[in-house]
Order: sequence, then structure tokens, then C-alpha cells
Amino acid sequence: MNKYETVFILTPVLSDDQMKETVEKFKKVLTDNGGTIENEENWGLRKLAYPIENKNTGFYTLIEFNGEPTIVNKLETAFRRDEKVIRFLTFRLDKYAAEYAIKRRAVRKAKQEERAAQEAAAQEAPVVAEEAPKAEEAPAAEA
Amino acid sequence: MAQEQMRPNNQGEIRYLTPLSVDTRKKKYCRFKRSGIKYIDYKDPEFLKKFLNEQGKILPRRITGTSLKFQRRVAKAVKRARHLALLPYVTDLMK
Repeated sequence: MNKYETVFILTPVLSDDQMKETVEKFKKVLTDNGGTIENEENWGLRKLAYPIENKNTGFYTLIEFNGEPTIVNKLETAFRRDEKVIRFLTFRLDKYAAEYAIKRRAVRKAKQEERAAQEAAAQEAPVVAEEAPKAEEAPAAEA
Repeated sequence: MAQEQMRPNNQGEIRYLTPLSVDTRKKKYCRFKRSGIKYIDYKDPEFLKKFLNEQGKILPRRITGTSLKFQRRVAKAVKRARHLALLPYVTDLMK
């Protein structure tokens, strides 16, 4: 049972539910072949550094999973068959990579919570600003 | 006639226009060994950009001073990032 992580890029022309469905499809391929999914992140629509199949943006998804070495071939043939996937990379995590992955997950979660907190704060701030006089609004915006 | 005179004394001592700046040999160190980083992640391009020049090419060890073991890992990580279009193969003024 090795640890793997795979990053793949879907074409941006898909609608949201098509994207979710394809991601689910690949996760099913993994679980069917006895793999267990540890973590799944989608980085959303990102600008590509160079055009792939003359598209400039792509929908990035990362899946960290455990499994037998044979699972990787099945996953990659699934990727090759599906034309919605324009690029994929599977990577075996060694000891240090696994530690790093766990640490990275914690950092990302912390950041996400912090961002969510900011958004929540941002929603409250304008309500306060309306009642308070103009001067009050500047500090509220900065905070 | 004038040239001859000029040339002999030029041979004697060569005066440089700018003083020869002998750069003080700052001891280069491998940042990975020093900071104890064990794994270089190919997924975060910001960190990898430190090892690329403006055109997106990988900087040689003599510039970055990284040890051979980590230079290979940096190169592999950069090539993986390029494959995933996180880093460009070639660009201008990337920074």
C-alpha cells in the first residue's frame, strides 16, 4: 500500500456539475480498485502558464490516495480515455513527501478558515459602516 | 611616433578604467541543508520561481549554491511543475 497523489487538469469548457461528475468518476475508479482516498482538493479555475490544446485556463484537482501499485495504471488509462482531462501527473509520496502533504493540508485548512472568517467579517463590516458616520468606515474597511 | 611612446608605457602597467572589484567571496550555502527542508513540492510555483531566471530557465548551482542532491530535486520538481503548466517552459520577464 503506497501513498500517491495525482493532479489533473480538466478543460474549462465544462459546466460545474460536469466537472464534479468527472472528479467523482475518477474517485470511483480509485475506490473500485481497492484504493482509499485520503484528501481531495480542487484549486478551481487557474490560468495555465502556457496554452494546452489552445486553452488558457484549466480546472485543477488534486487527489491524495493510498493503494496498490497496480491501481496507478488503471487510473492513468482512465485519464487517457477521458478527453475532458487535458493533463495529469501521478506521483508516489515518499516519507518526507507524505509528512509535507499532511503539513500542507493543515496550512491550507487554516488559510481557508481564515479566509472564511474574513469574508464573514467583511459581510458584517458594511452593515456597521452604514449606521456609523463616514470616518468610522475607513478603519472598518482596513480591519 | 606618438603611438610608439604610448605603447611601451602601456605595456608596463595597465590602468583599468574602473577599479578591479574583487568581489568578496560570500560563502555560498545550500539553503535546503541549512533550513532542513527535506521535500521540494512541485505544486507550489512561488517557491520554485526562486530557482528560475527571468526566462523561466533553471538557475545553475554555481549561482544558487544548492548542493547536488537538492539541485536534482529542484530540477525534477520544476520539470513536473512545467508539465502541469504551473510554470512556463519559456517566457520573458516572468518575475
